[in-house]
Amino acid sequence: MQTDISHTQSSWMSRHKLDIAPFIFLIPALFFFFIYVVMPIFQSLQLSLYEWNGLYDGDGQSTASFIGLENYRNLWIDPNFWISIKNNLLWLFLYMLAVPVGLLIAIFLNQTVTGIRIYKSLFFFPFVISQVVVGLIFGWFYNPDFGIVAKVWQFFFCEETINFIGNKTVTCARPVPDILSSADYATYGIIFAGLWPQVAYCVILYLTGLNNVAADQIEAGRLDGAKGWKMLWYVVLPQLRPATFIAVAVTVIGALRSFDMIAIMTQGGPYGMTNVLSHYMYEVAISEYGERYGYGSAVATVLFSIMMVFISYFLWRMYQDERRGA
Amino acid sequence: MTNTLKTKLGTIAATTVIATSAFAGDLVITFDDLNPGPKQAFEDAVAAFQAANPDINVTINNNDREAHKSAIRNFLSANPPDVTSWYPGNRMGPFVDAGLFEPIDDLWAENNLNEDMAAVKPTMSRNGKTWGVPYSYYQWGVYYRKDIYDKLGLSEPKTWDELLSNCDALKGVGVTPFTIGTKYLWTAAGVFDYLNLRTNGYYVHNALTDGKIKYTDDRIRATFANWEEMLDRCSFIDNHASMDWQGGVAAFAKGDAAMYVMGNFSVGAYRDAGLTNDQIDYFQFPEITPGLPMAEEAPADAFFIPSGAKNKEDAKKFLAFVAQADTQSKWNMAIGQLPPNSKATVGDDKFIQEGFAVVSGAAGLAQFYDRDAPAAMASEGMKGFQEFMLDPSKLDAILERLDQVQAEVYK
Repeated sequence: MQTDISHTQSSWMSRHKLDIAPFIFLIPALFFFFIYVVMPIFQSLQLSLYEWNGLYDGDGQSTASFIGLENYRNLWIDPNFWISIKNNLLWLFLYMLAVPVGLLIAIFLNQTVTGIRIYKSLFFFPFVISQVVVGLIFGWFYNPDFGIVAKVWQFFFCEETINFIGNKTVTCARPVPDILSSADYATYGIIFAGLWPQVAYCVILYLTGLNNVAADQIEAGRLDGAKGWKMLWYVVLPQLRPATFIAVAVTVIGALRSFDMIAIMTQGGPYGMTNVLSHYMYEVAISEYGERYGYGSAVATVLFSIMMVFISYFLWRMYQDERRGA
Repeated sequence: MTNTLKTKLGTIAATTVIATSAFAGDLVITFDDLNPGPKQAFEDAVAAFQAANPDINVTINNNDREAHKSAIRNFLSANPPDVTSWYPGNRMGPFVDAGLFEPIDDLWAENNLNEDMAAVKPTMSRNGKTWGVPYSYYQWGVYYRKDIYDKLGLSEPKTWDELLSNCDALKGVGVTPFTIGTKYLWTAAGVFDYLNLRTNGYYVHNALTDGKIKYTDDRIRATFANWEEMLDRCSFIDNHASMDWQGGVAAFAKGDAAMYVMGNFSVGAYRDAGLTNDQIDYFQFPEITPGLPMAEEAPADAFFIPSGAKNKEDAKKFLAFVAQADTQSKWNMAIGQLPPNSKATVGDDKFIQEGFAVVSGAAGLAQFYDRDAPAAMASEGMKGFQEFMLDPSKLDAILERLDQVQAEVYK
């Protein structure tokens, strides 16, 4: 009897080995994904219905109180929220420039000359360094006192003079542009800085894509008389479709989660004009003057729903492609 | 779900603390300044306390100020020390309301602090109780370039008109009257506080930060009208919105700007920028509404006992020690600030002396806009001040927005 049971068990195991194995390997990842990704999503959905300053009382009880949809009602009339949405859209549109620019640079770099590896790595470089560093460097570029923008401007419009008490100073016919403090230009300044590493990312994606472009099709195209733009558009680009898909996907996601640059370069300023949803969420919930966790969760929920639109589309596309492939 | 998880983590953390501080006489103090001067002064005070109480075993946790600001929100409930540094006014409000601080009225009564620290008592009080012991505070006011003033034959302004005419003279020789750096917003709040304190006085200012007066109130509009006059006739340096307060010091040091509405902690930065005591001086922010009692801006730093502290007995001993006049004299001479205990003596630095005279005669002490107003209000308010400084024509929209935030915040 005993042997029989163990025999049937082991045979059940061995019969289903291939079905079970993937799940066993997935368990650790699923476990942590559930704890650190899935649970917080639902917690913050729940929290967005509460007013909470993030504190627990002496007995460890949360001080949150339920207020229903009040947070969302307040969001609707909060001008900072609409400024953030507007800036998010600006980021989305302008960040897309990274894709064509990345493609052009990749095509330009896709040649064999001496030292091309050095040139390529120079173009990769901004992608390797942290966004925080990029933000810091561009913050210095734009600085109206010592930045490169200021120096060039001063060369044209300013002269060195001696001030009232005899120190050297700079007097300008027209004041140096203060890009990061200008309500009109600051967001463009940050997006421009953000494009630098994003273009590098797209270059990398397209360069790997270009490696896989079939040489025989290029040859065939050339025999048929295709050249220049026509070759690019009808022969090369269609083969780069997978790379383009990934480039667009990472750029959309990168644009929506643009946080580091804004936190480093302007903290959302001047007076909240460069906020995006992710930074506004941080500002109202976690920053020094935040302490409104419920409200912050409501902002996060809105950002999450916007992202879901794009993510669902990308997942659907990938699913379709895979089904076609299979 | 959050609550239970957090509670469990809190319990685990709390048991660890019990395990490590099982001996009676262990005292854990959390402090929030790693800068060499303040750190040393704090450690010296603790050493003196230790010498006076050899049976108490003091452990220090000293954190960076910004890190402390976020850490305190967790450790007060999860892993409370016996004493922690924090700020009075509305900054202590959320913790007091959540029951995370211990009231110490008995300690104030026993040590005669109700008289010795009468000036700071209102800001240490909330819900009818007293919650902490301040160890230091400092004055705000106008720091100016004495050499520029002397060269132009100007004198320290006592009234608004004198200030404005000084500004005219400075502009006449190409010096920008005021420097500032508003990137982190709070510097603009310092200017607003003084304009409002001088235009409307301490009670109106307090009523505003308590949410009892609207921002569109005529009295507050009068403050902004004065501010607009100041922007117009005095003017601040260009590009102030991309500079932090230290960035504002550069123009001051070069002599491109002559005045700075600032706290006394800035004196070190002027000296580091190469200015000597002969070149810089201090005056009290001048009178605007004639005859109005002059209140001052004087933010205090204090110690509190968390309600979850293990050793409240010794914690109170430490707070009483900190409140003593001689402890406060030594401590504040070391860090170049003012002792809140009126029986303490002040250092002989000229800024400290002048500041002490100004603060002692004050009709009331404000803590600073971002400590007097609740966080959500302060955040929007300071954004509004910066926006106003960059574009005064937006005043109406700004004030209406602030009213709306006020209505939400002070429900």
